[in-house]
Amino acid sequence: MKLAFQLAYKNLVGAGLRSWLNVGILAFTFIVIIFFNAYLDGWNLQAQRESIKWEYGHGQLRHQDYDPLDPFSINEAHGKLNTPLSENLTAVLIQQASLYPEGRMVSILMKGIDSDQKILELPTEAFAKSDANIPALIGKRMASSNKLEVGDQLLLRWRDKNGTFDATEITIIEIFETDVTSVDAGQIWIPIERLWNMTGLKGEATYFIASEKYSHSPVDKWYYKSQAELLKQLQEIIEMKSASSSILYFLLLGIALLAIFDTQVLSIFRRQKEIGTYIALGMTRWQVVQLFTVEGSMYSILASIVGTIIGIPIFWYFSTYGIGMPDYVTQQDMGVTIAQRIYPAFTIGLIMGTIALVVLSATIVSFIPSRNIAKMDPVDALKGKVQ
Amino acid sequence: MKTLLKISLIGFLILLSFFTQAQITADQVLDKVKDNMNANSTITESKMVIRGKRNTREIVSKGYAEGNEKSFTEYLSPEREKGTKMLKLEDKLWIYNPSTDRTIQLSGHMLRQSVMGSDLSYEDMMEDRELKEIYEATIIGEEKIGDRTCYVLELNAIVEDVSYQTRKTWVDTERFVPLKEDLFAKSGQLLKRIRLEDVKEIDGRWYPTKINYKDMLMSGEGTDFIVLDIQFNPEIPDYIFNKASLKR
Repeated sequence: MKLAFQLAYKNLVGAGLRSWLNVGILAFTFIVIIFFNAYLDGWNLQAQRESIKWEYGHGQLRHQDYDPLDPFSINEAHGKLNTPLSENLTAVLIQQASLYPEGRMVSILMKGIDSDQKILELPTEAFAKSDANIPALIGKRMASSNKLEVGDQLLLRWRDKNGTFDATEITIIEIFETDVTSVDAGQIWIPIERLWNMTGLKGEATYFIASEKYSHSPVDKWYYKSQAELLKQLQEIIEMKSASSSILYFLLLGIALLAIFDTQVLSIFRRQKEIGTYIALGMTRWQVVQLFTVEGSMYSILASIVGTIIGIPIFWYFSTYGIGMPDYVTQQDMGVTIAQRIYPAFTIGLIMGTIALVVLSATIVSFIPSRNIAKMDPVDALKGKVQ
Repeated sequence: MKTLLKISLIGFLILLSFFTQAQITADQVLDKVKDNMNANSTITESKMVIRGKRNTREIVSKGYAEGNEKSFTEYLSPEREKGTKMLKLEDKLWIYNPSTDRTIQLSGHMLRQSVMGSDLSYEDMMEDRELKEIYEATIIGEEKIGDRTCYVLELNAIVEDVSYQTRKTWVDTERFVPLKEDLFAKSGQLLKRIRLEDVKEIDGRWYPTKINYKDMLMSGEGTDFIVLDIQFNPEIPDYIFNKASLKR
C-alpha cells in the first residue's frame, strides 16, 4: 500500500499541469461545499438564537383559534386562561388596527405585552419610563417603511370587542433593532393593560410566551407549542434551502469527478506498457488496479490540502466579519428570520464530512475505469497493444 | 278691521307653522328621511369614482335592492372588473369573480376590507338595521349647507355592536334629504365624512345623486358614488337574489 501511495504521488507530480488542474477544480468544489453549508448552518443558528430571544421564548401557549399563518383568525383568537396565570408565562394580545402616518392608511397588528416581562428581548421596560397616553415600541423595519422616528405621534384606529371604532394618538417611544421580522414588520407593541382598556378585552390574551421554568400541563381551549416545535418550521425552510443549494455543489463536484474519470481513462490507455511491466514484475492485476485507484483518489487528498490552505483565510474572514445581506431581504417579512450579517459556522464535522465526501467520490470514480486493468492480457499490455 | 284680521291670521299661521316645525322630533326627521330615501325595491345604475395616489378609476355597476336586506350588484366596467358580482342576503355577502370563476363568502374581518380600493368597506354596505333601532337621535340645531337649511341631528349609539359610536347628520329641513354626515369614533375623533349632493326630484321624491365618502384620517378627496339612473319600486324577479345568479 505504501508503494502504491509513493508511486501514485510520483505519477501525479510527474503529470504536472494536468494533475494540478484536476486538483484545482476539486479544491474549488471542496471550498464551495464547505462555504455553502457553513453559511446555511450559520444562518440557521443565528435565526434560531434570535427567534428564541425575540419571539418564541421557551414555547408558546396559544389560544385554540389562533393560527399565526391565518390573518383572519387573529382578531377573534383571544381568551382568558382558566388557571391562575403562572409567573412563567407572559401574555400577548393581538388585535388588528390601522395607523395613519402622513395621511396614509397602514394596516397593522397591535400587540399588547406586559411591561415587566423578562422573557423576550423587547425593550418593554421603556413603557414604564414613558408618560405618553399610549406609548408604542416599533422595530427598525416598521420605522423605516413608514418613515417613523422616536417621539412621533400618529393616529391609530382600532375596533373594540363590539366592533365599534375608536381612534387616538400613539407616541413612538423607542425603535428596537432585531433580525426577527415577525416581531417588527407591520406591527406596534404597546402595554397590554392599555390594550385591554382600549378593546375591553380585560385579562385576555392571544398567546402566552413561556419562560425556561414553565412546565406545561394541558389547558382547555389552549394548545402548547414547545420551543423545538416552533423552531421546526425555521429548520425546515433552511433544510429546503440547503437541498436546493446542494444542486449547485453536486454539479461542481460532478464536473471535478468527470475530469478525474477522464484523466484515469486516458492514463490507463496511455500507460498500458507500464501496466504490463508491473504485472511482469510480479504485481497481481488487483494490486495494479489499487495503484491506479490510489492515484485517482490522491487528487482528492491533494485537493483537500490545497483547499484547506486557500480556504482557511477565506473562512476565517467570513466567520469574523460575516456576509452582509441586502436590505430588500432583511427589511421584508419573508416568513423566516434572516440576520443583516450572516456569520458562517465552519465546524470540524462539516470540514471532515466534506473531505470524506470528496475523497470517497474521487476514489469511486478512479476505481471504475481502473477495473478494466483486471481484464487486460499482460502480454498484450506489455507489447502496448490497444485492448 | 278686515286688514287687521288678515294680518293676525297670517301671523297666526306663520307662528303655527314655526311652532309645528319646532315641534318636529329627531325620530320624525329620521322617519321622513327613511320615507324619502328608502323604497321597497330599487334598481340603480351607478358610477364609483375611486381616487388613488397615481390615478383615478371609474367603476360602473348595476344594483338591485329589496329593502335593506337583499341586494345584488353587477360590475359593468372597466374590463378588469366587468362581470364581478356581489350578493348580499341579510348578514351574508358573496362575491363572484369571473376570472377565477369562483364565488367566495366574505365573513368576519374580510368584510372590513375596502370595496375595490375605495374609501368604502364591505361592512359599510352590510349595515341593514334602521338608524332608530341603534341610535338615539336628538336635534341639536339648524345650520346651512350651501343655500339649504338643515336640521343637525346627533345620533348616539344605544346598542353596543355598532361601528360608529356617534353620528352627526345634516338633514334638509324641507326635502328631508341628508346632505352631510360625520361618523365619529368612541373617543370623539372624526373618522368619516359623507357628503350628499346634486339632489334631484325623481319620481316625486328628493334624492341625492352624488355621494362622496371620505376617510377623514387619510389625505385625498375620497370616493364618489354617482347615481346615473335609479328606479324606485320596480318589480325585481326573485331569482336575482339567489346565489345561482352570481354565475349566470
